[in-house]
Amino acid sequence: MTAMPRSSNQPMESPPARSVGLLLFAWLYVGVPLAWGVTQTIMKSMALFH
Amino acid sequence: MLDILDREHSVAGPGYNRWLVPPAALAIHLCIGQVYGFSVFKLPMTKLLGVTHSAQGDWTQSQLAVIFSIAIFFLGMSAAFFGKWVEKQGPRKAMFAAAGCFGGGFIVAALGVALHNLWLVYLGYGVLGGIGLGIGYISPVSTLVKWFPDRPGMATGMAIMGFGGGAMIGSPLAVSLMKFYSTPSSVGVVETMLTMGTIYFLFMMFGVFTVRVPAPGWQPAGYVPSAQPQKLVTDADVTADDAPKTRPFWLLWVILCFNVTAGIGILEQASPMIQEMLLYPAATGGIDPANTAAITQATAPLAAVAGGFVGLLSLFNMIGRFFWSSTSDYIGRKNVYYIYLLLGPLLYFLIPVAGRMGSTPLFVGICVLILTMYGGGFATIPAYLRDLFGTMQVGAIHGRLITSWSVAGVLGPLLVNGIRDYQIAHGAVGVERYAPTMYLMCGLLLIAALCNYLVGPVDSKYHVRDTGYAPTAKPQLKGK
Repeated sequence: MTAMPRSSNQPMESPPARSVGLLLFAWLYVGVPLAWGVTQTIMKSMALFH
Repeated sequence: MLDILDREHSVAGPGYNRWLVPPAALAIHLCIGQVYGFSVFKLPMTKLLGVTHSAQGDWTQSQLAVIFSIAIFFLGMSAAFFGKWVEKQGPRKAMFAAAGCFGGGFIVAALGVALHNLWLVYLGYGVLGGIGLGIGYISPVSTLVKWFPDRPGMATGMAIMGFGGGAMIGSPLAVSLMKFYSTPSSVGVVETMLTMGTIYFLFMMFGVFTVRVPAPGWQPAGYVPSAQPQKLVTDADVTADDAPKTRPFWLLWVILCFNVTAGIGILEQASPMIQEMLLYPAATGGIDPANTAAITQATAPLAAVAGGFVGLLSLFNMIGRFFWSSTSDYIGRKNVYYIYLLLGPLLYFLIPVAGRMGSTPLFVGICVLILTMYGGGFATIPAYLRDLFGTMQVGAIHGRLITSWSVAGVLGPLLVNGIRDYQIAHGAVGVERYAPTMYLMCGLLLIAALCNYLVGPVDSKYHVRDTGYAPTAKPQLKGK
């Protein structure tokens, strides 16, 4: 078994404010539609427990 | 101009936050996961000519059911066929191609609906859309495992969770759009498909332009690969062409195939199963069987209640993808599959018991737990492949492995519907219509558990000596 070469090791820098904003936007971009879909599904499934 | 899509132009610069990659992957998977919600189009598409009812020349439900099967078949085939291309071109170009095919598939299907040409719908949503599904499904896998060497299960689980959640967005979106576009002379399917094709293409562009591949040799800060050698975790790589020559590949193929088939055993029959086993007896209990008007009134809401149950299964399918694959980072892939494949049979065995007891909460609890493990089986497989075959071409290897999904997607419904039809033809009612299917699923999962037991390290003769970084580099095989 041969180890994978690691030519360099670039540790992650602490993210600047712009990066944090982008990160927040990115997660909201996918999170909001997903939360909407989950809410719709839960509301529909409530009939099962009535 | 399209150079921007090349792998070389998508290498992350300093300061790029790796937590941007999961939402980029989710932007793709949340869209292509819509395929699980395609059934919302079926009823309106049987009334394209009659609008309020099915008229002479309108398509039938069985003609329309083929669209989903074609899409799933092409998902598996394109993932297998284009896997190496995806690895070579990188995630950005692959995601762009997936967006073009999936969005374009909707547009072609809309044209087919407008012209009332079913073959064009098959070609659009089935073939073109299916190719988009396959490329999109595998496009972020390799990139995610490279960005998250410390938590590959969680990373790929997060993306594949999106595929499970796509229908939860796509179904209500399609229903709302069809309601919005419908007129006295149209059911609004053409406009809905055009709108969804455009929305999905644009939504997926966020993934295209956000995703990055790590720079050569990049590792997360503070990450120290385990010094303790783990039997089933390799630091070597196997090429996509060599992987199918190995025994572990085919053992995983069988495991995925049987786990998917077992999940289909629930998903395919969820609505009729809960109605016939539990809801119908509970709703009609105490009503004189001769009083058809009272029975009709009492059973009228059951389809909607069963629809809620199917929605709940989708939700837990999605949750399981993230939960189980993340758990696998801590307890190991093999152990998490033991949970699916040994706890699963017990739960399948208990379904008829819950039906005979007439306990809806127990029945629902068992089914949602099974569905978490169905989703978990999908989501954990990329990390299992990464452990066994390395990261170099894991996306392409994953693509080849999910041909088992295509096989299960076609054979599974045939099997479960065939058994149910046989039981009905022989006079079985209620629980007994479904019990044999559940026992068969127990058997399939136990065979898969045996396969999991047999999974061992890949023979070192298949290991690539020097992977470098670029998967396009011709690998040197270690001498036999």
